[in-house]
Amino acid sequence: MSTNENNERRGKAPAGERVADWADGRLGIYSLAKANMRKIFPDHWSFMLGEVCMYSFLIIILTGVYLTLFFHPSMNEVEYHGSYVPLQGQLMSEAFNSTLHISFDVRGGLLIRQIHHWAALIFLAGMFVHMMRVFFTGAFRKPREINWLFGFLLFVLGMFTGFTGYSLPDDLLSGTGVRFTEGAILSMPIVGTYISYFLFGGEFPGHDFVARFYSIHILLLPGIMLGLMVGHLILVFYHKHTQFAGPGKTEKNVVGMPLLPVYMAKAGGFFFLVFGVIAAIAAVTQINPIWAMGPYRPDQVSTGAQPDWYMGFAEGLVRYMPGWEINFWGHTLVLGVFIPLVLFGLVLGVIALYPFIESWVTGDKSEHHILDRPRNAPTRTAFGVAWITVYMVGLVGGGNDLFATHFSLSLNAVTWFVRIAFFAGPVIAFIVTKRICLGLQRRDREKVLHGRETGIIKRLPHGEFIEIHEPLSQEQLHTLTAHHQYEPAEIGPTVDENGVERKVKGSEKLRTKLSNAYYGEDNQIPKATVEEYREITSGHGHH
Amino acid sequence: MSSQDIPEENLPAEQDHAHGAVSVADEANPFADPGLPPHEHRIQDIDERAAKRSERVVAMLFTVSMLATVGFIASYVTISPDTSVYIFPIGHISALNFALGLTLGAALFCIGAGAVHWARTLMSDVEVAAERHPIAAPAEVRAQVHADFKEGAKESALGRRKLIRNTMLGALTLVPLSGVVLLRDLGPLPGTSLRHTLWAKGKLLVNMNTNQPLRPEDVQVGSLTFAKPEGLEEADEDFQNEIAKAALMIIRLQPGNIKDKRELDWSHEGIVAFSKICTHVGCPISLYEQQTHHVLCPCHQSTFDLSDGARVIFGPAGHALPQLRIGVNDEGYLQALGDFEEPVGPAFWERG
Amino acid sequence: MKKLSARRRHPLAAVVVLLLALAATGGLYAAFAPASKAQADETSQSLTIKEGKKLYEVGCASCHGTGGKGSSDGPSLVGVGAAAVDFQVGTGRMPASTSQMAQIPRKKPVYTQAQIDQLAAYVASLGAGPNVPTKQQYGPEGADIAKGGELFRTNCAQCHNFTGKGGALTKGKYAPSLEGVDPKHIYEAMQTGPQNMPSFPDTTMSEKNKKDIIAYLNAVNGDETVNPGGLELGGLGPVSEGLFAWIFGLGALIAVAVWVAARTAKAKKS
Repeated sequence: MSTNENNERRGKAPAGERVADWADGRLGIYSLAKANMRKIFPDHWSFMLGEVCMYSFLIIILTGVYLTLFFHPSMNEVEYHGSYVPLQGQLMSEAFNSTLHISFDVRGGLLIRQIHHWAALIFLAGMFVHMMRVFFTGAFRKPREINWLFGFLLFVLGMFTGFTGYSLPDDLLSGTGVRFTEGAILSMPIVGTYISYFLFGGEFPGHDFVARFYSIHILLLPGIMLGLMVGHLILVFYHKHTQFAGPGKTEKNVVGMPLLPVYMAKAGGFFFLVFGVIAAIAAVTQINPIWAMGPYRPDQVSTGAQPDWYMGFAEGLVRYMPGWEINFWGHTLVLGVFIPLVLFGLVLGVIALYPFIESWVTGDKSEHHILDRPRNAPTRTAFGVAWITVYMVGLVGGGNDLFATHFSLSLNAVTWFVRIAFFAGPVIAFIVTKRICLGLQRRDREKVLHGRETGIIKRLPHGEFIEIHEPLSQEQLHTLTAHHQYEPAEIGPTVDENGVERKVKGSEKLRTKLSNAYYGEDNQIPKATVEEYREITSGHGHH
Repeated sequence: MSSQDIPEENLPAEQDHAHGAVSVADEANPFADPGLPPHEHRIQDIDERAAKRSERVVAMLFTVSMLATVGFIASYVTISPDTSVYIFPIGHISALNFALGLTLGAALFCIGAGAVHWARTLMSDVEVAAERHPIAAPAEVRAQVHADFKEGAKESALGRRKLIRNTMLGALTLVPLSGVVLLRDLGPLPGTSLRHTLWAKGKLLVNMNTNQPLRPEDVQVGSLTFAKPEGLEEADEDFQNEIAKAALMIIRLQPGNIKDKRELDWSHEGIVAFSKICTHVGCPISLYEQQTHHVLCPCHQSTFDLSDGARVIFGPAGHALPQLRIGVNDEGYLQALGDFEEPVGPAFWERG
Repeated sequence: MKKLSARRRHPLAAVVVLLLALAATGGLYAAFAPASKAQADETSQSLTIKEGKKLYEVGCASCHGTGGKGSSDGPSLVGVGAAAVDFQVGTGRMPASTSQMAQIPRKKPVYTQAQIDQLAAYVASLGAGPNVPTKQQYGPEGADIAKGGELFRTNCAQCHNFTGKGGALTKGKYAPSLEGVDPKHIYEAMQTGPQNMPSFPDTTMSEKNKKDIIAYLNAVNGDETVNPGGLELGGLGPVSEGLFAWIFGLGALIAVAVWVAARTAKAKKS
């Protein structure tokens, strides 16, 4: 008795510490903790968009596991005898039947289904906005290009995971979407029919696709995504987070609060906040009411047949494409479907490869940890807005029928509008955005040189009215002038020192052209220099 | 121009001195980084009563969360899944879903809000700067790794013994083929199955609504009827696959209104039968406008003119809807005079 | 008066004048539009037809021609039947203000039900056509809701959406929402095929089929329809759900993120 007490008293270390010691002896957790426990994270709301995605992904996994306990991924025909009266006695697949069971007969099943689906829509929307945040602030630059690609892959895989999940209940709306997928696969030259027959186990719809989509939806794709997400996070830790320019913030440091305790509490708390908000949305807002849509039958359809929003861009491309079809030598090239399919990949691919294009144009090999303000990279920002415009035009095109009915427009007029906007929209967006960026750069320059307009009007003794400009603090001056401005590239001397003419490669010419489009005159406003500042502040005395 | 010419009060650095900034401004460069601003205290840092208030708010949030969880369990036990309530302005909704969702939402949200409020008001808010280290390894490490690798590669003799290298690459390239081959039985080969439907000479056109064969006098001008081939029942094993190709849309036009000669030839007294499956990507197309004789697809808005051989007049479809040749049998019922002459549904490479 | 002239240059003056003008036009319209006169109780069929003819000549003949023969502004009404009149006038589509728009919309009926019955009787007398259905035909008794759902998805949903919320047709035309439409009018629409809607006559869609469809529609889009999951967001499917997820879902989460990341208030402002 007393010896036991003595032993306990001697090993006085708290229980937690002893467990940690035990674990360290086997896992080496102390070295890991040393590097990460007091890791610094900068505070900015836009840095939490990625967390929105991560948490909604976790919520999707949690609720998804629950749903698998009740869902039957089978296309066997059964007669419905559950509690939803308007479908009683109808023939339907077991998949649809079990989804009805989850929605009406499992207590809380409907809530979990709705949380799962709302979280999926928010997950994809969050990834889109997060990706755009990273794009417009230039956070994709060295050393983060690989992490940009990881994030991009997560977005694309998220789209397909969402699509396969949306198809599982085998309801009339999602079945129509699967039919569309089949048609799109059939349009692929040479291999289309074979891929379609292998995917569906024969003719559409067959008896297999729900079971196949199920394993893709719950195992294959989320497994890959989980791996990518862990890699994404490890890289975020390893690179340390980027930060906006400001006093005390340099390329060589990161300013913020430590992981333990502040960030742990904030980030951990944010998980519960995200989950709480999505649960509340699922409590009051219905999503995908499959009982109202009925079981899938290939000869039935409803108007307003759209996919979930993240596939809306692809849907739009297909809707406003003209019906081109070429027949030759006994073969058919279904351009009307195949071109949108290719465009879908191209438009997404362009944004994925952008970081590499930009680093090739700048030729910059250094690390970047200070974020750009979008205005300070006018061409990049304009390109990004043009890309978003293409994407948004696709979304509008994907909902053209609802835009027509809800704004009392002609369906055909809306379709023609998006056809034109697909070409004109990005061009206009590019030009307008660039102008706005240059204007803002000019304003920053003015502010640095002449100070902030106070709005106070003063009359001078000789009668002149002037507005008092308040000089900026050094913090502000630093923040507004901290960004790096590139010089446009020039083609080096075409004749070397020995007088031998050198051949200028096409790629070098292209690079020079692009570089001038990015950083040449009229494409960025030179920031105020110390000399200019001195000249003005001394010349005027005071304002 | 030298810095002496500048009136001192205009130099921001000077103002910073007045405010007692920690960093010493660089006289030569007014844009220089002044360094991290000094830390300022929050109310909670200097007023214990405010800190206590924050503590109480956090504790209250955690308590509300506990109560909400109790509410969640209580709702689960007491509310039946088919009880509905009217909640303004949402409408008639499931009481259970509403109660479970809101209590779960509150329980989670309050934990999060409590943690964040705690972090924001009571944990240290001193900003710290941590140094970054270059990601690329220093030159000597780089050289060491290169040397180690070369050493290892040399020891493996991979470069020297080409036979080993080539056969190994060959084996590694071939082995995944087993996996690809295994995918073969995912489905049968297409063959000509996309070209045939259940329709054949003599098959009656059965009304989808009444499950009775149609007679010409049933079909009026301006009406729309859907038909399936005789003998195909919803409970059949292959119903979905067959109806996906055989679904038929039947309308009647004044024979004088039919502009396409073949359409007229294949009709019966102005009754025409077209495939219900869109030639774009296969949606059941049937948004028939009886005055314009146009039919619109709800999926991608391809529009076909049923009075003119169902040719495409708008949208992404590439070719006309296939028409089924129909006639009347001896008993006066509408019947097919054969299968569709071209594949129904979306186009594909082998369609020709 | 002085006051008035002083204010006529007020920026809002134009708005006031416009409102007055609109009110005046509305008043005139109300005064001259076919008035809802109370009709004496007449049981005689011929008298009803006679009254209907009078109404017809005032309100309909200008487009549909005398005796319902039709004109360039409106189709012939011979043989359309009482059901068509009851539908068109009962849903306010007729009288239409113009025949130039893509589609004549539903609006508040101009005539009383008694007047509509007279008009219907008159038009029915011009040529045989479908009669106005009885309550027994479209009432809920003995209807199979589930069968109605299947029929609705085969015949109706392609234009009117899963639960009858309506949808787009070509060139500005649309399939209207079926929300709050009298079951009788739905029945008549199926029988007669108004405007661009095809008809679903009894020969291809039996009376029982129609009854089932109406019962289904009432179950999924009636006043008492339960949407167990909450707000139905217009019942339009993924487009409105996507908008909601972006605006309210992501919007709320960003608002929360702003709070989480914001600096806590400092004790003193410098």
